[in-house]
Amino acid sequence: MRLRQVGRTALLIECDDPGQVEAWRRELWRRRETGDLAVVDIVPGAGTVLLDGVGPGTAALLASLTPLLDAAALAEGPLVEVPTVFDGEDLADVADLWQVSVDDAIGRLASVDFTVAFSGFAPGFGYMRGLPEEWAVPRLAAPRPRVPAGSVALADAYCGIYPSASPGGWRLVGRTAMELFDVRRDDPATLSPGARVKLVPAS
Amino acid sequence: MITVVRSGPLTTVQDLGRPGYAHLGVPRSGALDGPALKRANALVGNPAEAAGLETTLMGCALRFEEAARVAVTGASAVVKLDKKPVEGVIEVPAGSVLDIGRATAGVRSYVAVAGGIDVEPVLGSRSTDTLSGLGPAKLTDGAVLPIGTAAGLFVEAGSPANYHAELELGVWLGPRDDWFQCRELFVTAYKISPMSNRIGCRLAGSALTRAKAGELPSEGVVLGAVQVPADGQPLIFLADHPTTGGYPVIGVVDDVTPLAQARPGTTVRFRALPLD
Repeated sequence: MRLRQVGRTALLIECDDPGQVEAWRRELWRRRETGDLAVVDIVPGAGTVLLDGVGPGTAALLASLTPLLDAAALAEGPLVEVPTVFDGEDLADVADLWQVSVDDAIGRLASVDFTVAFSGFAPGFGYMRGLPEEWAVPRLAAPRPRVPAGSVALADAYCGIYPSASPGGWRLVGRTAMELFDVRRDDPATLSPGARVKLVPAS
Repeated sequence: MITVVRSGPLTTVQDLGRPGYAHLGVPRSGALDGPALKRANALVGNPAEAAGLETTLMGCALRFEEAARVAVTGASAVVKLDKKPVEGVIEVPAGSVLDIGRATAGVRSYVAVAGGIDVEPVLGSRSTDTLSGLGPAKLTDGAVLPIGTAAGLFVEAGSPANYHAELELGVWLGPRDDWFQCRELFVTAYKISPMSNRIGCRLAGSALTRAKAGELPSEGVVLGAVQVPADGQPLIFLADHPTTGGYPVIGVVDDVTPLAQARPGTTVRFRALPLD
């Protein structure tokens, strides 16, 4: 772990791997809940955790912590089953990239245990980890001007689901009718960092 | 109730924003010139968190369907009540039209109404977020805005800010200063690009040289972060900035409010601040 200063009131924790990111996220979240840690935003990234809006003394507190997570603890996140119709416009291209049939590509996607690593791009858009690196797919050369809400898509080794319609360059493999972001809920995002996700084939 | 007579190019409802949801990809949003909104709220006896209106360069015109106490701060502009110039705290009679004119200095005027603009809050804020679309839509001609109940507080309003043709911004280097030849940041005079908006202030000048090649995995970013995209031209994140980004951040400016009022073409220089 390495700590970097971000302006006067934020700190960036650089982690060695995604498991450490999740371990830090949970530990910091817990300490904020118990009142141990004063911070406005705890923002995980691909390899970092940002603490925005911290008071003096936070760096010393962080230096004294070594959060660890074993596989069993990681498996404790809430499980979200996302009913998915696998008929995305780019599904055949993804199957080609993987050199498997479309049915096998669907089988692969439905078999992966995804975890939401971090959010970004749009409210409620979770970058889901779980695809093996060798199944990583490049983004589209030219983004689509409009991707419908609920589109299930891949880019690099991430899977994401568009919570609302927007432009997008990810490869579309399916769609879901599930509501992914609703400001009226206490937890507005269905796919928040730490959530485990399964894509369940639906018709 | 207020009826929008002339919305201007971009007039939005703004308060202090919705921090605390960045982990879900929700931008903080909120008034770009926070001190100016707070001052307007103070002048009409509102708490600091009341929502007002933020105009952009061309002002706006509002018809008050009920009597209201109003203050306009931020960018300098001629304010007229039923076509007669007015200043300070304005007692607007029912049925009158208040016209906030073109900004003559600065960019964004703030209109506070005693009681605040009482649109439905979204995730604890009434701010329009131009990046994600959360919050109320930007004002359009004919739109109506409810007014809340006046609090009648006595609040010290403070002095208005001055606007300058040249800005010198204090910047703390990091977190990714090791990706650049940082000295270049402090010797270059940049110009504010007309491509700037509520998401970020784009600068144009000599491109920053990378000391390190490659791509940065996405990481969380803060208000005031000086991000350097592939073209080497820095971009300073303002209130509607995305919560995570993949371009390295060379430093963080200590105060973004001068940028909220800086016109395209304004010269910007950076001064290093010590990190302790």
